[in-house]
Amino acid sequence: MSTRLATGGRLLDRTRGLEFTFNGKRLRGYEGDTLASALLANGQTLVGRSFKYHRPRGIVASGAEEPNALVNLGESGRFEPNQRATTTELFQGLTATSQNHWPSLEFDVGVLNNFAARFLPAGFYYKTFMAPRAAWKHVFEPIIRRSAGLGKAPKDRDIDRYEHFHSHVDVLIIGGGIAGLQAARAAGASGAKVLLVEQTASWGGRAPVDGAEIDGQTAEDWIKNALVDLESKANVHLRSRCMGAGVYDHGYALAYERVADHTPGDGRPRHRLWRIRAKQIITATGAIERPLSFAGNDIPGVMLASAVRDYIANYGVSPGDRTVVVTNNDDAYRTAIALKAAGLVIPVILDARPEANGALVEEARDLRIRVEVGKGIAKVKGGKKVTGISICAQAGEGAALEDIACDAVAMSGGWSPVVHLWSHCGGKLVWDETNAHFKPDVDKAPTNQSGEGFVKTAGTASGAMSTGAVLQDANDAGKAAAKAAGFSAKSTAAPRVADVPEQPMAAVWSMPQGAGIKKRMKMWLDFQNDVKVSDVQLAAREGFESVEHAKRYTTLGMATDQGKLSNINGLAILSQSLNAAIPQVGTTTFRPPYTPISMGAIGGEARGELFQPVRQTSIHDWHAANGAYFEPVGQWRRPYCFRRASESVEQAVHREVKNTRQALGLLDASTLGKILVKGPDAGKFLDMLYTNMMSNLAVGKCRYGLMCNENGFLIDDGVVARIDEDVWLCHTTTGGAERIHGWMEDWLQCEWWDWKVYTANVTEQFAQIAVVGPNARKLLEKLGGMDVSKETLPFMQWANGVIGGFDARVFRISFSGELSYEIAVAASDGRAFWGALIDAGEEFGLMPYGTECLHILRAEKGFIMIGDETDGTVIPQDLGLEWAISKKKTDYLGKRAQERSHMTDPKRWKLVGLETLDGSVIPDGAYAVGQGRNANGQRITIGRITSSYFSPTLDRGIAMGLVEHGPDRMGEVIDFPTIDGTGTVIKARIVNPVFFDKAGEKQDV
Amino acid sequence: MLLLECPYCGVAADETELAAGGEAHLKRETVGSLDAEFEEYLFMRENPRGVHFERWRHAYGCGKWFLAARDTMTLEVFGTYPAQSKKPPKAIENLIKKKRPDWKGWA
Amino acid sequence: MSEPQTALQGATAQGFVTVSEDGLHGMISLRGDLNDPKLKAAVAKLTGAEVPAAGRISWKGDRGVAWMSPDELLVIGPYSSAGKDALVLSKALKGVHHLVANVSDARAVFRIEGAGFREVLAKLTPADVSMDAFGIGQIRRSRFAQVAGACWMLEEGSARVVCFRSVAGYIFGLLEHAARSGSEVGYF
Repeated sequence: MSTRLATGGRLLDRTRGLEFTFNGKRLRGYEGDTLASALLANGQTLVGRSFKYHRPRGIVASGAEEPNALVNLGESGRFEPNQRATTTELFQGLTATSQNHWPSLEFDVGVLNNFAARFLPAGFYYKTFMAPRAAWKHVFEPIIRRSAGLGKAPKDRDIDRYEHFHSHVDVLIIGGGIAGLQAARAAGASGAKVLLVEQTASWGGRAPVDGAEIDGQTAEDWIKNALVDLESKANVHLRSRCMGAGVYDHGYALAYERVADHTPGDGRPRHRLWRIRAKQIITATGAIERPLSFAGNDIPGVMLASAVRDYIANYGVSPGDRTVVVTNNDDAYRTAIALKAAGLVIPVILDARPEANGALVEEARDLRIRVEVGKGIAKVKGGKKVTGISICAQAGEGAALEDIACDAVAMSGGWSPVVHLWSHCGGKLVWDETNAHFKPDVDKAPTNQSGEGFVKTAGTASGAMSTGAVLQDANDAGKAAAKAAGFSAKSTAAPRVADVPEQPMAAVWSMPQGAGIKKRMKMWLDFQNDVKVSDVQLAAREGFESVEHAKRYTTLGMATDQGKLSNINGLAILSQSLNAAIPQVGTTTFRPPYTPISMGAIGGEARGELFQPVRQTSIHDWHAANGAYFEPVGQWRRPYCFRRASESVEQAVHREVKNTRQALGLLDASTLGKILVKGPDAGKFLDMLYTNMMSNLAVGKCRYGLMCNENGFLIDDGVVARIDEDVWLCHTTTGGAERIHGWMEDWLQCEWWDWKVYTANVTEQFAQIAVVGPNARKLLEKLGGMDVSKETLPFMQWANGVIGGFDARVFRISFSGELSYEIAVAASDGRAFWGALIDAGEEFGLMPYGTECLHILRAEKGFIMIGDETDGTVIPQDLGLEWAISKKKTDYLGKRAQERSHMTDPKRWKLVGLETLDGSVIPDGAYAVGQGRNANGQRITIGRITSSYFSPTLDRGIAMGLVEHGPDRMGEVIDFPTIDGTGTVIKARIVNPVFFDKAGEKQDV
Repeated sequence: MLLLECPYCGVAADETELAAGGEAHLKRETVGSLDAEFEEYLFMRENPRGVHFERWRHAYGCGKWFLAARDTMTLEVFGTYPAQSKKPPKAIENLIKKKRPDWKGWA
Repeated sequence: MSEPQTALQGATAQGFVTVSEDGLHGMISLRGDLNDPKLKAAVAKLTGAEVPAAGRISWKGDRGVAWMSPDELLVIGPYSSAGKDALVLSKALKGVHHLVANVSDARAVFRIEGAGFREVLAKLTPADVSMDAFGIGQIRRSRFAQVAGACWMLEEGSARVVCFRSVAGYIFGLLEHAARSGSEVGYF
């Protein structure tokens, strides 16, 4: 059983005990522990269940590569599933529960899958659930969903906050082991701006555990000195608990800082996502040890040899009293030596190589540890924990030579450089036969905007396999990166190291080499997704020869650890099955992030009120305080209506319509776009932009205009006012201001750049208020300051002046058919001017109105609305707007497109009004059907509704719609089937779209 | 994520500060053009695997349109230049020829 | 008639830096040929400040000029005289192709003050705001989270952020969040 040792644990502070719970059990650990080390210290070797067979799972690794130890962490607002125990720092009060089992971790019903494992091979689901279709939906899927899946989904809203941080550096170094530190020293010496990030809380990586001696110092001391040195440099910034998550084009990188995961609730943001632009990136990401494939290698107690060493050295935790070491290389002997030094028993070291006599091997032998060469594990015994192993010859088929009792197994299949970040942006790999791993192909680095390599690797990530080589490589990488970033590198020397010579490893992909199918069905490759050697072999047999196909068929490497332990082993099995060399089979693609990062970090500040920008007019606060029911219009919030006590939204809208028609309404129209266009060629320019003529508009006058795109489709409309000889003011729709301003600039900058025209988007300079209704003039006359009579300021003219003491520009334009003034004042005066109108308007029956009232007023008048009557496929001719299309102009944007045969087709649907026979309101978007059916057997459609409202003025439903030959069919009744399932058909008569005041007398008074 | 230098501001602008505008150096066809010519202008785009000339707007900066010569495969940027150009500057053309000898050349 | 109001009426927030909405500034958008001697003279006469180079802002007393684009300046001065100043510029530029627009009311300006002001900016904008890229006399137009804005620096230890008036509440929310105590980055 795993336990805490009396001494040791370089990362622990044994004076600071911490309490935590696992599955409700109260346990104790120390500051410096990870959740994994603390669980092991408490004898908790069983930590979860596998995904498919629900087999018992224990901790395998000590870092980001851990496939098994995923837990539900925290509670309520801080609950999060699938947290990796090996990368979770312990803190006082931590609560964790295990995942993927029912009813309990120790007794799990799902484990029945395990006994059926031989019936659940790779591709089982694909093969079995093909037919019948109904069985999938009603039988299989519900069962699988209940038994599969990892942690629980959080129920409560996340109570933490998150943020982003942008950083621009010359050299970004990912990984704070000795390679990263030395690379930072070398790069920093040149004066380059260096950012060094390390995913864990401590610096130095594996070196202190492996016991290297650097520059005559212990690794521990060397690291301390390197940190002191680096921290003293103004141009170097160090960041721990910050994982390089992804490398992207043009030197962009993401790093994921876990600011307060280990101090929840201390007021700091939980995570910070670093968005980094670096001229050069060095990945000093180290290497990951590979498991060995032997029968029962997934039983709790079987761990990576390096992890065993980590738990002893870093956390003072023994994984077991009797640990068998099994290896194909010298490095694992370090684990045996460390176990021995901790006073633990190593019954045997099984070395698969035919001979072993390197320095470390001899040291182990000198410690009187039994070493068996050419041997391997025939099988591991035990269920929920290791109880022993059988020894076999590696060369044979696995006949047991000897049984040995043990409670832990430390395995080492060699090391694979962490090439993920190198590969994210296109870095290529080469196969290293000596070390049986893929390493970066230095000649094929990811390239940047200049076409030059911008990622370098340092240390073990490059494939350097000894401390001396690591530091030399890192020193070179640091200097090279500084140089590539435009700095002259200082000649820093790599530290001196007396490497312990190691003998070559031997690739071992299956133990024993000739294992039969029974054994291969118990050799796990992917512990989390339950993929075994036999599954990959089956995939190959069934024709999934591409590594990408085999991966998807077997799900190898598709678990949350993304195959950090299983990729190379699986690839080797596949290549053996295909009789091809490993590099020919190739690797799967590495994609960011390196390990999962939180959604909170990705979102950053963009949640709640900051989820997206909300635009408010200068009068917004008044609206909010006076019953406004807001609706989003683009990013703006506009009052839909102003509700009075106990009124429904609908009642409020109807009241506003009637009151505006009969007395006086007030609309905040500030959101309408306002664009100044000025210059000697401004008239010519506007003639190109609008379908009608604007150059001949007289100063002081207004004209309604339409804009089309080059496809001929209507994109915006609004009133244009001529302000001066060479100045026009163009009003756009609320959603159109930025778009149309950009549209204008596009043509001026990219097509007609020799035309002398300047534009300015002055939308937000003004609060614009529409004073609408029969009493509009009375109100303005009461406020006084300028002559607003019909004679001085007739319909479709504008004037500057003063109203009620406010500087104003007054437009006599109407979108309601009523007497109407749109008054623009400085936005800073908007709130006060609105207040002045409200106060003075009381005696005239003034009421503010919202956008729905505006819509009804315009629909009653048959005025089109961009986005209702138009949908990106409608041309002005469809809407009966020929009167607004100049016949005289030789060109305007969209003119050529409108000449195309489809645009002049008489069968195009055209705008008409529609009145239901029973006075009801047709659903918006309803389609009209004609006689016959189309090729698909559907009813022929002959038109559709574009706007539909209840008109309080006419006390009936009114609608506008596009109908085939519509204007020629006045008086005809057409059918609108409903889609509510009742089969009801609404009958509507085609009428003139102007429902109210057809002669337009009310607005022109 | 791209980094393009705005030829007006001189700043290296992040892709999120820019708005993409599709293929550059299109010739506007209008009234009087044949249907085929107009179709070419409106709809037909190069979409090459390699050297491409495109429009970008420094939307969150100076607001100006500029043009970029870029490799769509490697994302290498050969240069950026003002939108008021009928064709790419000679220097950029020469650089592309040097770096991509098999480039078919400026049409 | 009441006093003109800023978008947020001087809202402030205290975190590891202080965020406060400035009072109203006079702001005039001036488009034209920035190399035209007549334009240069008109700007210099009104403000006492030079037409700045790309990416820079020049300042004299209570007036300044910021470079916005190759053909646009933002002329800054007292709010009360902006209307009059716009007319002065228009008159001085008679005969020269140009555009003058008073945009004083279309903007909101925030002051970010305190040692960590660069960190607050760096949380929101992809622009480089480190000491060597953003210093006194510089202006950078960019993106602040999801909206357009600009920041400039006139003195040590503080910067101004300017945005459209309608998103003043959003920008203030962003700045307040980024400046909250406990979220110091310790980077610059």
